[in-house]
Amino acid sequence: MNDQRRGALRIAGALALAALLKPFAALAAWNQAAFASKSSADALKNLGTAGAESSSQILIEAPQIAENGAVVPIEVTSNIPGTTSLAVLVEKNPYPLVAKFEFAEGAVPFVKLNAKMGETSDVRVVATAGGKSYQATKEIKVTIGGCGG
Amino acid sequence: MAGPMKMRATLAGGNTDVRVLMSHPMATEQQTKGKPHFIQNLTVKVNGKTVIEGEISQAVSRNPVFSFRLKGGAKGDKIEVSWLDNKGDTNKTETAVA
Repeated sequence: MNDQRRGALRIAGALALAALLKPFAALAAWNQAAFASKSSADALKNLGTAGAESSSQILIEAPQIAENGAVVPIEVTSNIPGTTSLAVLVEKNPYPLVAKFEFAEGAVPFVKLNAKMGETSDVRVVATAGGKSYQATKEIKVTIGGCGG
Repeated sequence: MAGPMKMRATLAGGNTDVRVLMSHPMATEQQTKGKPHFIQNLTVKVNGKTVIEGEISQAVSRNPVFSFRLKGGAKGDKIEVSWLDNKGDTNKTETAVA
């Protein structure tokens, strides 16, 4: 009988924990469709930025050759006035979309991050400003891939 | 598990540069045989007001480091960065602009 009680307690505990964790997960928005896209065209569609026109006002600073694909520093700046979001995609990764940032008043549309790259690939950056989207690309050569184990 | 975070915020050229480091495995599907573990959401707040919201994928490197830039700013402004991963783990750190 004691065993039964313990089992029941365990289940009750697990349920309480699940209930605690759930609101957290529901709180934060994460674009599942865009992040699960296996081509950058699909990812852009799911981000609502398909058909972005290319712009020289988006600056991508990254090494031409990355020796270690596990840590590739990528710095992105948009000089397009009124930029509200930036998305970074690595074209040839299994899931191209790496990150997306929304900038509110008070933030400069700039971000620097380290990304994993499986192989030599174009890096595509998409900016949105005033309801329109713009993009730029830069090729980064990778000598050792960084996506596997 | 949520490891320590480190952050530095400094005034530079009329803006505030924020650099933040998070301890997280950022394990990909390939590394974990289909059970990835990675940070999904980032939030940057200045004096309690959200200024940057980020969504990131498993393709961000292990122990992520991010740099952000905020317009203006003053010594003592409170910067808070928090994250949430796909298993519901969360962490945050706070610093004053130096």
